[in-house]
Amino acid sequence: MERLKADVVVIGAGVTGTAVARELARYQLKVFLVEKHPDVACGCTKANTAIVHAGYDATPGTWKAKLNVRGAAVYPQVCRELEVEFKPTGSLVVALAEDQVPHLYELLNRGYVNGVPDLKVIGRDELLAKEPYVNPKAVAALWAPTAGLVNPWGLAIAQAENAAENGVEVLLGAPVVGIDVTDGLVTAVQTPDVIIETRYVVNAGGRYSDEIARMVGQDDFRIVPRKGEYYVFDKRFGYMANCPLFPVPTAISKGILVTPSVDKNLLIGPNAQDQEDKEDLDTTAEGLQEVLSEALTMMPDLPVKDAITNFAGLRAVARPSNDFVLGPAPGVPNFINAAGIQSPGLTSAPAVAEVVRDYLQMAGLELKGKKKFNPFRKGIVTFRDKSHEEQARLIQEDPRYGQIVCRCETVTEAEIVQALNRPIPCTTIDGVKRRTRAGMGRCQAGFCTPRVVEIMARELGLSWDEITKKGGASRLLLGQTKCSAAVKGAGKDA
Amino acid sequence: MRSIKYDVVVIGAGPAGLAAASRAKAMGVKRVLLVDRDREPGGILQQCIHNGFGLHLFKEELTGPEYAYKFIEESYASGVEFLMNTMVLTIQPDRQIYAINRKVGMLKIEAQAIVLAMGCRERNRGAVTIPGSRPSGIFTAGTAQRFVNMEGYMPGRHVVILGSGDIGLIMARRFTWEGAKVEGVFEIMPYSNGLNRNIVQCLKDNNIPLHLSHTVTKVHGNERIEAVTVSQVDEHFTPLSGSEQVIPCDTLLLSVGLIPENELSRDAGIHIDPVIGGPVVTDEMETTLAGVFACGNVVHVHDLVDNVTRESWLAGEGAARLVLGQQPTRDLVTTKAGSGVRYVVPHKIHVENLATRTTTLYLRVLQPEENVRVELVSGTKSLFSVHQRVVRPAEMVSINVPPKRITATAGEELMVRLVREGDKA
Repeated sequence: MERLKADVVVIGAGVTGTAVARELARYQLKVFLVEKHPDVACGCTKANTAIVHAGYDATPGTWKAKLNVRGAAVYPQVCRELEVEFKPTGSLVVALAEDQVPHLYELLNRGYVNGVPDLKVIGRDELLAKEPYVNPKAVAALWAPTAGLVNPWGLAIAQAENAAENGVEVLLGAPVVGIDVTDGLVTAVQTPDVIIETRYVVNAGGRYSDEIARMVGQDDFRIVPRKGEYYVFDKRFGYMANCPLFPVPTAISKGILVTPSVDKNLLIGPNAQDQEDKEDLDTTAEGLQEVLSEALTMMPDLPVKDAITNFAGLRAVARPSNDFVLGPAPGVPNFINAAGIQSPGLTSAPAVAEVVRDYLQMAGLELKGKKKFNPFRKGIVTFRDKSHEEQARLIQEDPRYGQIVCRCETVTEAEIVQALNRPIPCTTIDGVKRRTRAGMGRCQAGFCTPRVVEIMARELGLSWDEITKKGGASRLLLGQTKCSAAVKGAGKDA
Repeated sequence: MRSIKYDVVVIGAGPAGLAAASRAKAMGVKRVLLVDRDREPGGILQQCIHNGFGLHLFKEELTGPEYAYKFIEESYASGVEFLMNTMVLTIQPDRQIYAINRKVGMLKIEAQAIVLAMGCRERNRGAVTIPGSRPSGIFTAGTAQRFVNMEGYMPGRHVVILGSGDIGLIMARRFTWEGAKVEGVFEIMPYSNGLNRNIVQCLKDNNIPLHLSHTVTKVHGNERIEAVTVSQVDEHFTPLSGSEQVIPCDTLLLSVGLIPENELSRDAGIHIDPVIGGPVVTDEMETTLAGVFACGNVVHVHDLVDNVTRESWLAGEGAARLVLGQQPTRDLVTTKAGSGVRYVVPHKIHVENLATRTTTLYLRVLQPEENVRVELVSGTKSLFSVHQRVVRPAEMVSINVPPKRITATAGEELMVRLVREGDKA
């Protein structure tokens, strides 16, 4: 068993863990980021509403309230540094009846207490001018200009890449199977392949953060996943919403909303269903129906027939607090939790990273700045959003830009090759999809799958039938045809 | 950026594009260019290695590649120029085309006439909303066909097929021949959506059961698909509780319909008929954007390639007539789907053409019927009718109206409807 030495081990490479890893990369520290999946951003990060919330929703005084506002404030800069898509669209909470209007003022007041800037209640005319496709029965709305849209997995990938470029070691496919604690201090983190001796551990284990905490004896919270289901619609209808449109919220959820995505798809969801199973990401007929009928209340002309996919995500809700669980485990001062990070967890991620850094410092970790830290990360150079002149130049520089692989999303071979050769290894079809959007369009990978598999096999030195969708047993192809196998066999004999 | 000029530019070198290009050339157009994103012309026919193509046109049972080859050969021989591995990015309303390939980079192509022949794509899981998990092993039938027939790989060994579209039926047989086990074909409608000959030759001959009024209601398995739940549905397509049955499998194939691929057309501002998913066209196959023609599956989904070819000849002729200054006078009648009919193509017919050539109307019926008349009426007046012994939604009906058989005046509306024999209309 290989033994490694670290100052800090961050467990979990979702948007929170990668934010923490990038934050710690600023200092002279040996940091490991360990993730059980074959890629980063495979848990809650890959399936959520992808919104940077303004922060009027959370109960004042909670971590959620504090970190949401701080997170939203730093998002534009973080996304600029990391070349991640961020759109400062603002957001609206729409009152569809007069009796909902008082709720808008409640949210306005709560937002004021939480320090959310520039909130205001707008009337029907202003609302319909901003959002012509909203239900015309709407009477008023709360306008929150600091909200926005982000690509959540894009952010996690970018944070991980930037962390790696600044010296953080990223171990993928490395589930934590045990944590050694001696005299009330964590001494090592075990994975099946390596033992990392470490001075500090950060628990950003998402849905499994309670189980990670139990490895050091902490048993005062548990994660109850809350499922949310979504529909995604064809990009062609992205114009129907200019910003996230929330209904008036309920006790457990911000409600089923209609929102554009950074990539101009229309997205509706999520519902909210508490469950015990941490792996159950099934969509259900009932859940999808609920999402659809509520979204239709917000937008009666929703292009129901042009849904291109549906999915479910899990929110890692911590019981009993229902708040983020941040700080050292009781009695284990060098084990810092960043757990229970559910909505507005994506928004809060950059702020959570700062809080975790401060807790580490309070626990005795010396933070000496690294002179060479480079906060900037260059993304994959995309083809689709360029002018014809720029596109012509790209093809001249690299002819692989002249080969469209995914026609729905206009993704070129050059982009796929880049995705497969970056600081964080990308080894799955879903990984390529999240980095390039190949397969995310209206045909949902019908046309591009054979081409993507071909490029992956070539770049990764694998045979076609070794390529997986998402690691493990998710192989796409189960062997060769009779003829093809026979021909190959004949070749070998000759 | 390289700039080139052509008389007619055809986008898509499948059966539609090949027929349109070679016909335009045969009509006397000087410079005809075929642009296609794939490595070789032929389109989806190249992966359709089964036979049965060309039965109507050539009285032969050709394979897809054989059928394509006839037209590839003809196009080359007639002097059509090919630009392969080239993707069209945009079509501007002034008929300037921007396209890319790795050799030349960005190309600007100016065309006097454009023929859209981009074909269609398959409806997928998202479009039909199958609940459950999202493992690997779920393929549209056409993607599976490409893997098996062109790449030599097996998507799976233990297969359930949802939808009785023709590609699904063909693949049921193909998988069986490869030694895979096909559990059955499940079709939500009370009737099959494939051609009758495919039901017989692909399913019955291989003892593969077809379950009508059934659908997949859940996908199981987190990494690779492990099973599906199938349920019987009532007349409103609602799953009947208690009818659920879990079928273990490693592959789910979807053959649940095709969608004309009109992103380029839409972006160019061409009017799309929502019923067919393709451009509104005249009998010259001209779209609402002057000088832009369309044919084949980009207009409406065909079940026989022979009909695609026939329709595409019209588009090639139409484009040629525009280039050569021989377009008919712009007096048009409109067509309309009446009772029992889902749609009629073309949407508009030149009055002049009704007098000078046979006019073919393509239509699909709403439900299976026996012993009917397809009738063309104007107001209350029956103009033309033909008897059909059986009509089914899965089989396109074509009606040939001989020259001078009917007369009409510009602006008149011709309705096409089904009348049961014996019924008075």
